[in-house]
Amino acid sequence: MIGYLGSLAVLLVTSFWSLGELSGEIQRTATLDNFRTLAEEPVYRDVAFRTIGIAAAVTVTDALLAFPLAFFMAKVAGPRSRGLLVVAVMVPLWSAYLVKAYAWRTILSADGPLNWALAPFGLDGPGYGLVAVWLVMSYLWLPYMVIPIYAGLDRISDSLLNASEDLRARPTYTFRRVILPLAFPAVVAGSIFTFSLTLGDFIAPSLVGSGDQFIGTVVYSTITTNLPLAAAFATVPIAVMVVYLLGARRLGAFEHV
Amino acid sequence: MRDQTHPARTAWLVVAGLLAFMILLAGCGDDDDGGGGTAAELQNVGQPEGQLNLIAWAGYVEDGSTDPSVDWVTGFERQTGCQVNVKIGNTSDEMVQLMRTGQYDGVSASGDATLRLIEGDDVEPVNTDLVSNYEDVFPGLKEQPYNSVDGQMYGIPHGRGANLLMYNMDVVRPAPGESWSVVFDPRQASQYSGKVTAYDSPIYIADAALYLKTHQPDLGIEDPYELDQRQFDAAIDLLKQQRESIGEYWSDYTKQIQSFANGDTVVGTTWPYQYLTLKAEGRPVNAVYASEEGATGWSDTWMLSSEARNPNCMYLWMNHIIDPRVNAQVAEWFGEAPANEKACQFTENRDHCDEYDAAGRRYLDDLFYWKTPLADCGDDRGEVCQDYNAWVQGWTEVKG
Repeated sequence: MIGYLGSLAVLLVTSFWSLGELSGEIQRTATLDNFRTLAEEPVYRDVAFRTIGIAAAVTVTDALLAFPLAFFMAKVAGPRSRGLLVVAVMVPLWSAYLVKAYAWRTILSADGPLNWALAPFGLDGPGYGLVAVWLVMSYLWLPYMVIPIYAGLDRISDSLLNASEDLRARPTYTFRRVILPLAFPAVVAGSIFTFSLTLGDFIAPSLVGSGDQFIGTVVYSTITTNLPLAAAFATVPIAVMVVYLLGARRLGAFEHV
Repeated sequence: MRDQTHPARTAWLVVAGLLAFMILLAGCGDDDDGGGGTAAELQNVGQPEGQLNLIAWAGYVEDGSTDPSVDWVTGFERQTGCQVNVKIGNTSDEMVQLMRTGQYDGVSASGDATLRLIEGDDVEPVNTDLVSNYEDVFPGLKEQPYNSVDGQMYGIPHGRGANLLMYNMDVVRPAPGESWSVVFDPRQASQYSGKVTAYDSPIYIADAALYLKTHQPDLGIEDPYELDQRQFDAAIDLLKQQRESIGEYWSDYTKQIQSFANGDTVVGTTWPYQYLTLKAEGRPVNAVYASEEGATGWSDTWMLSSEARNPNCMYLWMNHIIDPRVNAQVAEWFGEAPANEKACQFTENRDHCDEYDAAGRRYLDDLFYWKTPLADCGDDRGEVCQDYNAWVQGWTEVKG
């Protein structure tokens, strides 16, 4: 715990330092220059908004994909198939991140399987770029969304659904007024994973991103040349996540942890 | 059961503690003053320590794992007992950062890293008397501004070469002439939009400046690393324009090789190593030296870390890597001009040194070798040039 928070503290302190001219060595005198640069140069704003936008898109996508799957697993599937489905959802987590990211790089490449599959329809895959980043991240973090929602839905007693049916509520009404409110905290809990993981990622964007910069890639490339500026920029996702977590707590995501 | 110890208060205590810790750290700071140290150099090579930790460019330290027949490390390990561990650096910035950790004994530094390392006291002077092969190094590589200070050598030259323009012969037609226009002229680059590549490092700004040196002479660019505000802004604008055609930037050589092989990239700057690898795979690529504008390049120097734990092994390595036979192998494998004159007799291709202009008579002495941009323009303009920090920020702006 101390190591974790201590390293965060060191990061924050570094963001107030600056660089010497030729050597590029760090001058340990406090200055707000780095934050001024972040505020004045439009590129950092663009990168931050782009990253937050993709993180939001990935979160929404994963929520939409995970919910039906989790519902099926929790409420519809029989005990054996439920077990198999849980394993099936978890299996991608067993393989290394890099393997999956590189696999997608191959799939999306110009000669890759995706373009090959779409060719008979006269279509073209997205290639590398923002769409590819969104696609790959949605794939990578989907299990992290499925499992919390599955746990949340599992907690909803079947008797509630039966009662709703007995009171002659239609399925959509039951879904809207019974299931969704009860499962929403679980969705928010899952979204914390997808949002924060997307916010900081730099490997997927550098493999399938075609040069678009994200917070992670800017920090990664700046860290070797201007550590204080990279540290300053790294405080942006920290601030975003603090706000997000406060909101998630308000929405009850931490109730049953 | 609700936690009785007021979690909110605990949280605030933790934050307060962190703030106090931060202020403490910020308070006890010390300024770092640079200046090339006058550290004493080694007087004789002692017993090898048994280990050697190197930072190197791809293809410089081959131990048979890439290709079993390409190995100049195992023999060295057997002879000296120094086990070689190598970390590949993709850019000079990475190498400088790695050197600063103090965990490595040496690095194959290009000119845009060397002065930063010297200035930051990360490397120490090299006693060339201890390196017997040094006397056979081409004179054009000795006591250069990028590897020495006041006549004191700070490393052993490794070899040098030019950044090449590589293109897919099946896609890029007609074949581009010996010019960078195909990647910088918007009319030409846009034909291959989404499939152009460029080197992902701030030092690439010099390539844009070099292009403008020929194509916008009224800017008055002489040295592409000494750019005042007006020249710098023009180079950045050119790069932002190029950005629209760029598919992806490359710094990892394996990704570039894969990208050209897949057809995701069809034209862009590269090192001879990738070109030779793709050619060996039978890919339809060709690479040219852009004689119209000239090219940037690298002249690499093996430098000894000031915190080296295995300096004796490092000296033995520096002598080994410029041994004529070894230097010849490296030069042919990577595709560069060797540092040791005698290496030219040992290359498998008898004409290697001619093709790569090792003696520097055709173009190699006129190459614009990577060097660190400084505020001091080095001419009568004074200190108005953009320093490397400005280049780094400019590069972030270019990528957008």
